[in-house]
Amino acid sequence: MVATAKLSKLASAATTEFEQARAWAAAAAVPDPEVPCVTVADLGILRSVELVNGEAVARVSPTYSGCPAVLAIELAVEAALLEAGFAARVERVFSPAWTTDWVTQEGREKLKAYGIAPPQEQSNSKLALFGETTVNCPRCDSSQTTKISEFGSTPCKAHYQCDICAEPFDYFKCL
Amino acid sequence: MGQALANSLIALGDDHLILGHRLSQWCGHAPMLEEDLSMPNMALDLLGQARNLFTYAGELEGKGRTEDDLAYLRSDRDYKNILLVERPNGDFAHTMLRQLYFAAYMQPFWQAACQSTDSTIAGFAEKAVKEIAYHIRHAGEWVIRLGDGTEESARRMADAVEALHIYTDELFTVTDDMATCIDKGHLPDPQSLRPSWQRTITQIFDEALLEIPEVAFPQEGGRDGRHTEDFGHLLSELQYMQRAYPGMAW
Repeated sequence: MVATAKLSKLASAATTEFEQARAWAAAAAVPDPEVPCVTVADLGILRSVELVNGEAVARVSPTYSGCPAVLAIELAVEAALLEAGFAARVERVFSPAWTTDWVTQEGREKLKAYGIAPPQEQSNSKLALFGETTVNCPRCDSSQTTKISEFGSTPCKAHYQCDICAEPFDYFKCL
Repeated sequence: MGQALANSLIALGDDHLILGHRLSQWCGHAPMLEEDLSMPNMALDLLGQARNLFTYAGELEGKGRTEDDLAYLRSDRDYKNILLVERPNGDFAHTMLRQLYFAAYMQPFWQAACQSTDSTIAGFAEKAVKEIAYHIRHAGEWVIRLGDGTEESARRMADAVEALHIYTDELFTVTDDMATCIDKGHLPDPQSLRPSWQRTITQIFDEALLEIPEVAFPQEGGRDGRHTEDFGHLLSELQYMQRAYPGMAW
């Protein structure tokens, strides 16, 4: 009897783990509405997905306070979880604040392939925010680029141009 | 208690909402494309911060008011923003100086608020402190460039200082509600931020070849709901949609 109880406990733990992984996978696949080449998991804004009393609770960090995509992202994550068969809820978490350091390596590669120069690493140092940074062209990899504007088409991007291949491109700003 | 914090957050939210609205009025009118992007971008930061503050204030007071109720459905005397943020855009020099005065205050404010005993406020602050760093750099660079620029740009910058410096004292006003929140460690004391503000402004004015004027009669009243004439015009534009079509949503 004891062994059976233990086994069934193990089995239920395994099921929970499996369901949790399935919930994470469903939420993680949601693309960013403004930069659709990357998912919310690539950007590091999907912090966690946990099963709490049979409900999938996703925790999402906003990129910028005023990012208009925040609500769209939260709704899309909820919809993806519902579609995967979970009762779902999304929580917005502010602390710790999202930083571009949380963009995954895979996310950086996808951004570059999409024509957006990925953020420099180690954004939390003041140097990265305000020091002279070198941004490589996402097309030809040249380091000879010129900042055109600190502000771009969305709050998270700046405008650059490559001095070598003349490509104008977005740079995902460090934050 | 909850009401004191709610009232203080509404006043702070009003500063952000109104300055954000002023900046957004530049959209499509800026002197060059970069600035046409920068000002709405910063307006967006300010509106996002206002939304966080209003939403939380509404929860704290527990009367069922949402961020939209607070932003759109109050009358002029119920807005508690400082007068500085409602001053008209004027020329580009006026707008940049107004931005610098406010950002030089909010930077140490958010830095201190990261240590708030209220974890929600500390969370907002952690986010905002990174955003404000861009604002202060942007406005500071322009004030220096215009102050130490051509004869015409220097004259305009000096005019802006004369017009706006009289409103800066109100940044440091401590209302009774704020005093309660400061005691509890929920919000930083505005008075304690004055040295930092003074240091930033002095440093930038030195580079911009501008003088900090003596202010004989500081202008204030916004924190009590007494506003300038321009504020009524601003509100009529800001509230038009919700007043004309109540409950309208996207």
